[in-house]
Amino acid sequence: MKKNVIRKDTLVRILGYVGRNQRYLIFSLILSLITVASTLYVPILTGSAVDLLLGPGQVDFSLLWPILLTICALVLITALAQWLTGLCNNRMTYATVRDIRADAFRHLQKLPLSYLDQTPTGDVVSRVIADVDQFADGLLMGFTQLFTGVLTIVGTLFFMFSVNWIIALAVVVITPLSFVVASFIAKRTFSFFSQQTKVRGEQTAIIDEMISNQKVVRAFGMEDEVQKQFDDVNRRLQKCSLKAIFYSSITNPSTRFVNSLVYACVGVAGAVVAIVTGGITVGQLSAFLSYANQYTKPFNEISGVVTELQSALACASRVFALIDQPAETADAPAELQQVDGSVALEDVSFSYVPERKLIQHFNLNVQPGQRIAIVGPTGCGKTTLINLLMRFYDVNEGKISVGGQCIMDVSRQSLRSAYGMVLQDTWLKSGTIRDNILMGREDATEEEIVAAAKATHAHSFIKRLPDGYDTRIGEDGGSLSQGQKQLLCITRVMLSLPPMLILDEATSSIDTRTEMRIQRAFEKLMTGRTSFIVAHRLSTIENADVILVMNEGNVIEQGSHEELLKKDGFYAKLYRSQFEAA
Amino acid sequence: MKTLLRHVKPYIKECILAPLFKLLEAILELLVPLIMAAIIDGGILKGDTGYVLRMGGVLVGLGLLGFVAAITAQFFAARAAVGVAADYKSALFKHIQTLSYTELDTIGTPTLVNRLTTDMNQVQTGVNMTLRLLLRSPFVVFGAMIMAFTVDVKAALIFVALIPLLGLVVAGIMKLTLPRHKQVQGQLDKVLLRTRENLTGVRVLRAFQRQDDETAAFEQETEELCRMQQRVGRLTALTNPLTYVLVNGALAVLIYTGAVQVQVGILTTGAVVALVNYLSQILVELVKLANLIVTISKAIASAGRIESMMKITSSMKEAAKPAKTAETGEHVRFDNVSTRYQGAGDDSLTGISFTALRGQTIGVIGGTGSGKTTLVNLIPRFYDASAGRVLVNGVDVKEQSTEELRSRIAVVPQKAVLFKGTIRENLRWGNQNATDEELWQALEIAQAAEIVRGKQDGLDEMVAQNGRNLSGGQRQRLTIARALVKKPDILILDDSASALDYATDAALRKALRSLNGTLFIVSQRASSIRHADLILVLDDGELAGSGTHDELMRSCPVYQEIYYSQYPKEAAQ
Repeated sequence: MKKNVIRKDTLVRILGYVGRNQRYLIFSLILSLITVASTLYVPILTGSAVDLLLGPGQVDFSLLWPILLTICALVLITALAQWLTGLCNNRMTYATVRDIRADAFRHLQKLPLSYLDQTPTGDVVSRVIADVDQFADGLLMGFTQLFTGVLTIVGTLFFMFSVNWIIALAVVVITPLSFVVASFIAKRTFSFFSQQTKVRGEQTAIIDEMISNQKVVRAFGMEDEVQKQFDDVNRRLQKCSLKAIFYSSITNPSTRFVNSLVYACVGVAGAVVAIVTGGITVGQLSAFLSYANQYTKPFNEISGVVTELQSALACASRVFALIDQPAETADAPAELQQVDGSVALEDVSFSYVPERKLIQHFNLNVQPGQRIAIVGPTGCGKTTLINLLMRFYDVNEGKISVGGQCIMDVSRQSLRSAYGMVLQDTWLKSGTIRDNILMGREDATEEEIVAAAKATHAHSFIKRLPDGYDTRIGEDGGSLSQGQKQLLCITRVMLSLPPMLILDEATSSIDTRTEMRIQRAFEKLMTGRTSFIVAHRLSTIENADVILVMNEGNVIEQGSHEELLKKDGFYAKLYRSQFEAA
Repeated sequence: MKTLLRHVKPYIKECILAPLFKLLEAILELLVPLIMAAIIDGGILKGDTGYVLRMGGVLVGLGLLGFVAAITAQFFAARAAVGVAADYKSALFKHIQTLSYTELDTIGTPTLVNRLTTDMNQVQTGVNMTLRLLLRSPFVVFGAMIMAFTVDVKAALIFVALIPLLGLVVAGIMKLTLPRHKQVQGQLDKVLLRTRENLTGVRVLRAFQRQDDETAAFEQETEELCRMQQRVGRLTALTNPLTYVLVNGALAVLIYTGAVQVQVGILTTGAVVALVNYLSQILVELVKLANLIVTISKAIASAGRIESMMKITSSMKEAAKPAKTAETGEHVRFDNVSTRYQGAGDDSLTGISFTALRGQTIGVIGGTGSGKTTLVNLIPRFYDASAGRVLVNGVDVKEQSTEELRSRIAVVPQKAVLFKGTIRENLRWGNQNATDEELWQALEIAQAAEIVRGKQDGLDEMVAQNGRNLSGGQRQRLTIARALVKKPDILILDDSASALDYATDAALRKALRSLNGTLFIVSQRASSIRHADLILVLDDGELAGSGTHDELMRSCPVYQEIYYSQYPKEAAQ
């Protein structure tokens, strides 16, 4: 029952999308009407032509000619209408698909990080790409055949009743059978289809994980194991697919069987009527038989379309499920005002899962222009703090304010643009080097770009690339080295010059010589700017104003370098280990 | 198509049976107009009701037989399609796993993923439809023509003229659309790339407020896709109207010819009705075929793309007769080695020579892009040297069995990657048969035991895809443990302690010294490699110096610069 509701919902939503291209929908309907009407009129003409063939020497060619000419004219009209219908349907389907994809993508931009961090990339990608693609196939087939199908049924019924109501009635009584059969099968296949879609998603996730990390697989000689894992899912998918495909493909023969029954009935009933009452001519019977074919054909197609649509519905519901994922909480309309660089955390508590407490009742007061260093052993929750500052995640309790304004009361956009961030995981988009640097500030001039690149010492390596700033790089930096990627990420921030900085181990993959130079550039950048630095190089943060020492998700010590050393606690131990002979 | 056909072979039985049953069904269908003609000529015109009823029974019988034949055909077709796709997918996956790093670099992940998913689905549908419908259409079309001959030769000649014309239309449209389908798929690849990228870079994109621009760019790509799809659609939409015109034109000619024949008494009215029926069967078949063309040409395009993947072979040739190796004191030797990545303008390593003795610790240090990773990647033969020789145990790696070579080497790469599964499963990548005790041992050395102990389920704790539920430092230590489980002869740490704090890093190095085997440590930090037996200093792909810390401090300016930049206090002293 619930499944039905979901399907209905999905259908209503699809119709909503289709409705955006109403014009084409209406055109398509009108053209289909023309197509069907003229297609159906042709057999009548053929029938009356056949009736003129009474026997040797009895054929009246003067009556035959006009009929044949009318047939030819009608055929041309039909063909034109058919073609235009096809164009309308194409337009409608592909526009619908484009709109759904765009909506899905737009929604991706609003999904909370907590969802994206937990969902495999491959799964989301397969929803936006593969599922929507399959949906398009189903939808197009639906459009092309559903309208004409229904219209043909209505049209043939009209013609048949006008020719001979007894035979027509016989046809009407039998045909619902094919609907019963089709819906019986359709109900059963739906679950097979959704199962297939689910296993397919699983497989896509494995493919994505193993192919993108293929080098690790190779380094450990795990090819066989991975292959086994893949083959296992593959076999399961094979079984699911076989069921889904086979059961759905029974529909067509079943409805065709009903059709042949209809055909036999029309033939026999027509012949009997002709013999007993003479109420039907041979020509009319031939027209009737042609109708019986044309009338039942849409039933076939409709049932075929139904299975196709089911698969499409299953796919669509997966995309919609993505679009329905709750978005981030609504943004406050207010903009962040006067960012003086002061940041205050008051009684902040946060954890990713309620069972595991991380940050608890944390307080911090940052004055404009201060430098906050966050240190601690790996996995101590340094990244968590950044997630909270940038509002990638929201605090569970307490509040964070920037320049005296609570960050929950301002738009994320204005908050995030107040920060410049360089993450540990360097990420570049595919495009030119220039595109990537311009992410920092779109309207930057060429001089500004070069100046920023020079300041971070990226200019010299960029210049050496084949096309300089216009060199195209592949997904995730492609052929650039980790350090070069890092430099580009820093250049990005250098260009945007935000009032506050977040540097997350930004320089961990850059050699110390380059790092020294970058440090100097950063020094320049950091002057007068509040900066949060997550770093393991204690020497680089010795002159921080406040050092936050974190362990197990909580801040355990807080103070300046000298203060903390004097305290002889966790920080002092950490600091000394740097120079401990290894 | 060649590789596809190879995977069709095991399903040859299904591939023959499915069309065969379709053929049977088609023959049964073709008999129907004849029976109808008999009803008209033998029943109506003679007024024989009993004959009409008997023939009606025959019609129902034919329908029933056709039904059974059709279901059987569907079953075999589905089994073949699904089976072929599954095998083909498995084969492609396997093939990808044989490609060398060089090919993986050039092809790229999104392309490979697409081939394995979307393209394979298209192939599956294509095979299914070909078996179910594509082969049926010629049966019916030619069958109808042959049946027409049995009715009347002169009228049948109309069929003979019509069929090549129809063939021309169908083939012509297919030929025109095929390359365009390829374009569509290429554009779909671009859309996929955008989506993936948006997900992997979500933090950066949001930090820089790029959501709107990314959405705009995405919309532009989908708009382009939509336009391409419509361009193909315009062509394929021609199929139905064209065939409709041809068949109905033939109908008019047929009726006229029939009229002439009836006039002179050669044909009966029933025979003309039968001929008209055959013509309409051809039309019905062609309508189905037109819908199929889209599916089939998409499938062919997909099969072509998969085929081109299958054709790419590893640029790394496996030694025909792998040389046996014995343990030698001279464990790893580089003999004037240079490398150049495919498509790169310059060597990334030039003329590197050094010797690492068994049990030594080798430190590799140098600036960004100086070739450190490239150097260590040559030892397990992830890439081939373009000049010079890399020797392990005294034998050139190119002459050894790669599998065996790699089984003795463990690499911890810069990017700490873990896989979906339990921690235990992840660690066992190093050795499938490792006991829990061995796993804990490795964890202790890698300073990762704490992490696992802190987890509720210990070794059974689930790791999310790409290890997303662990921090960078935790992932690094677990990947080190994973390498240690392998108990390798040669352990390579490729800057794999960068996310570790100094204390953990120091403890790790201390623990690693307890291992026997040769250790390569690539690092940016002088402290990590300071106590190595041999330090290789790389500068712009060249060996700027090699020796111990003390030697290098005396003789190597590049090393001195690195060292003092990290220990400013000592520099001042």
